[in-house]
Amino acid sequence: MVEFTLPANSKITEGKTFKATGGGNIKSFRVYRWDPDSGETPRIDTFEVDLDKCGPMVLDALIKIKNEIDPTLTFRRSCREGVCGSCSFNIDGTNTLACTKAIDEIKGDVKVYPLPHMPVIKDLVPDLNVPYAQYRSIEPWLQADTQAPTTERLQSPEERDKLDGLWECILCFCCQTSCPSYWWNGDRYLGPAVLLQAYRWIADSRDEATGKRLDDLDDPYRLFRCHTIMNCTNTCPKGLNPGRAIAEIKKALVQRR
Amino acid sequence: MPQSYEIVDHKYDVIVVGAGGAGLRATLGMASAGLKTACISKVFPTRSHTVAAQGGIGASLGNMEEDNWKWHMYDTVKGADWLGDQDAIEYMCREAVPAIYELEHFGVPFSRTDEGKIYQRPFGGHMANFGEKPVQRACAAADRTGHAILHTLYQQSLKNDAEFFIEYFAFDLIMDDDGTCQGVLAWNLDDGKMHRFQAHMTVLATGGYGRAYFSATSAHTCTGDGNAMAARAGIPLQDQEFVQFHPTGIYGAGCLITEGARGEGGYLTNSKGERFMERYAPTAKDLASRDVVSRAMTLEIREGRGVGDHDDHIFLHLEHLGGEVLNKRLPGITETARIFSGIDATKEPLRVLPTVHYNMGGVPTNYRGEVIAPTADESDRVNPGLMAIGECASASVHGANRLGTNSLLDLVVFGRAAAIRAAELVKPGATFPPLNMASADKALARFDKVRHSSGEIPTAVIRDELQRVMQNNAAVFRTSEVLKEGVEKLDDVTAKMTDVKVHDRSLIWNSDLVETLELTNLVPNAVATMYSGEARHESRGAHAHEDYPDRDDKEWMKHSLAWIDENGGCKMTYRPVHEYTLTDEVEYIVPKARVY
Ligand SMILES: Cc1cc2nc3c(=O)[nH]c(=O)nc-3n(C[C@H](O)[C@H](O)[C@H](O)COP(=O)(O)OP(=O)(O)OC[C@H]3O[C@@H](n4cnc5c(N)ncnc54)[C@H](O)[C@@H]3O)c2cc1C
Ligand code: SF4
Ligand code: SF4
Ligand code: FES
Repeated sequence: MVEFTLPANSKITEGKTFKATGGGNIKSFRVYRWDPDSGETPRIDTFEVDLDKCGPMVLDALIKIKNEIDPTLTFRRSCREGVCGSCSFNIDGTNTLACTKAIDEIKGDVKVYPLPHMPVIKDLVPDLNVPYAQYRSIEPWLQADTQAPTTERLQSPEERDKLDGLWECILCFCCQTSCPSYWWNGDRYLGPAVLLQAYRWIADSRDEATGKRLDDLDDPYRLFRCHTIMNCTNTCPKGLNPGRAIAEIKKALVQRR
Repeated sequence: MPQSYEIVDHKYDVIVVGAGGAGLRATLGMASAGLKTACISKVFPTRSHTVAAQGGIGASLGNMEEDNWKWHMYDTVKGADWLGDQDAIEYMCREAVPAIYELEHFGVPFSRTDEGKIYQRPFGGHMANFGEKPVQRACAAADRTGHAILHTLYQQSLKNDAEFFIEYFAFDLIMDDDGTCQGVLAWNLDDGKMHRFQAHMTVLATGGYGRAYFSATSAHTCTGDGNAMAARAGIPLQDQEFVQFHPTGIYGAGCLITEGARGEGGYLTNSKGERFMERYAPTAKDLASRDVVSRAMTLEIREGRGVGDHDDHIFLHLEHLGGEVLNKRLPGITETARIFSGIDATKEPLRVLPTVHYNMGGVPTNYRGEVIAPTADESDRVNPGLMAIGECASASVHGANRLGTNSLLDLVVFGRAAAIRAAELVKPGATFPPLNMASADKALARFDKVRHSSGEIPTAVIRDELQRVMQNNAAVFRTSEVLKEGVEKLDDVTAKMTDVKVHDRSLIWNSDLVETLELTNLVPNAVATMYSGEARHESRGAHAHEDYPDRDDKEWMKHSLAWIDENGGCKMTYRPVHEYTLTDEVEYIVPKARVY
């Protein structure tokens, strides 16, 4: 997958190597760098980190590198516990969250690249405006004409169970940017993360816009670019199954024909 | 110098800084009231720290058993150790019930009871009938309640067409010479441009400053930016000595295990296998208030009854609950325990330690969200043009110790209150007074100076020193000596800030500069915390002073106000706690001893 990660028309060069001083349990981190101000092509810098003096996760190593070796290294992070969806990168060839990816699960050098096929703003920070806009386009809010009662709407535990595996999505876009169909048709194909969210509302017993939602999805590009390759499900760091959600949407479309 | 920046000007009726639960609730309320509203956030809204909230949001819906908002109010007043303002507490607990129904109508995927109602679980300090026995009051979406609420509020903001400025870092308020807030300056990380936002009302909703400590449950982005912006604009910081230590942070990693785990039947033991909370809190036991449980754990460890190789932590047992309950009610923390401590919660106890979690103090406000800038003879003087809500504010509903589930509640109740108040105060499209350019230029000059910092000490080194001072000198238990030393050490840290080095000089996504600006914000927050703690000679709520072990209502029933000056020094004044309620429906709850 790594060869697909390059922004268009750019060749990656070998960058600097920062040697560890004074031995220890050394691991090399090969990190994608690109500085928008420099006019140079992207490069891969190599940082040697003493794992005996570092936390267990890839994010711990990136923070250690930023704190102690190169403060200019740039990446998003916030919660450090796998719930905010900030720190998604391509690590060791797979899209995942750096804060929940243990370093000792990786054999050899640890390669850290931005999420594939997204424009890069700087280093490991991709531009996510397209998937954000796609998310908005599915109108991801509860739609119901029936007047709500003065207390809560009732929903049985069984109805509520249908949302499990959907509402927990953290919009990290690991799945979105692992999908070959999205790589080639990202301007028109909604992609797995957004389709999972679309299904989240279709599956909600309180939502009354299922017909309209399905109409909007019934399109050769928006939905039907999915060819069930299942990269999305394999990569989701939260163990969700966007591939299945997409299949459910397709099934609902067939059923109403 | 400031001229070399490309500046974009904006005018809005209201500007909200922050897109966590508080900021989003305010934003959508203001937008739907017809005000031209912009919301600025340094992270994409659903990545705000509210997403991490686990256990629940408090409201006396009574879905599981009888409950009453007056009991909720009593528990909150008692939890706050009587330092809360009871008018604001009354407002919050009364408004809690409609606020939760509103969230459900917005689409929050709450867990459900068999009847299809919102599921509620027990939580620390929430009791029935004025402190008699624990009650199920925490409305929950499994153990990802913050995620459920934050995503829903963002969705509602999209529905209401609110305008967002995402990955914009706000760095200073623009103040008129008379102290009126006129807006805020922000830096767009994506393209490096400066944005000057003018507004009739500016709302701070920037969250807490947990990252002033070495180990905290808070996200890296919780750096108290709003508090520091207010402090630089001449507003005092209120009650910052009250820092909540959550009893159950994961030993080592610091990630949180929700109190809901004890609500669902989990309990703590020491190295003797004893359920020690029965000794400290005979009625509430493991569900006593957080300050009480954290102190008990610390004492057990201190007296040699900690567990592990170094006898330095405590066990939290969940294994008896069984896989089904853990899967259904606590899936998130089961996953967290596995990932961050390699423990299977269905088989072994978790290893936990009291960990910095929440800031009760912050920018002082009234119950409508308006910022208070007291003068000598007007202790409740409203500062025009400025509001604060959520964890960065001190309304004060949490007083000296917040009850679990009351923060998420605070976000939505006061986010809504701020929107209602702004709609009363601001006429859509009203003309703007001239912008105070001197104030805007001063802010830009500060930004430029920080950007070009070329001292000797990297940001990470000073931050580490600051965090360790806070960890050691403003901990669960404090003494005069330790606090005094803390004050001196923080003065050293402040001095070192003149020697900080920023390596990256660029403007596009310069995260070195972001972290340095955040450090300039952490410092005043830490200073206010330490100075206020050093000055308060009593023990109340989260402030446990070993030289003054008792609460002293005669001398100390008052809010601390820490005024940070230009050189980073700090002066203390005080303002009275509101000893009255909002309406005649409830009477002021008089202070008494706090027993659980
Ligand atoms: C692990 C954990 C679990 C918790 N569980 C619970 C619970 O179960 N129940 C409960 O009631 N409470 C809980 N809390 C507390 C509660 O989650 C927080 O107090 C609350 O979410 C804070 O919300 P907020 O809206 O004030 O700020 P945040 O959610 O922190 O949002 C701050 C916002 O301000 C923005 N911002 C900050 N600085 C700047 C700047 N300089 N420029 C631009 N934007 C800026 C950020 O981008 C963000 O959008 C928990 C806290 C933690 C740490
Ligand atoms: S299953 Fe569909 S969405 Fe998932 S990776 Fe394959 S093509 Fe993409
Ligand atoms: S489905 Fe999984 S991988 Fe995709 S955005 Fe959501 S959490 Fe991330
Ligand atoms: S930092 Fe939040 S998901 Fe990794």
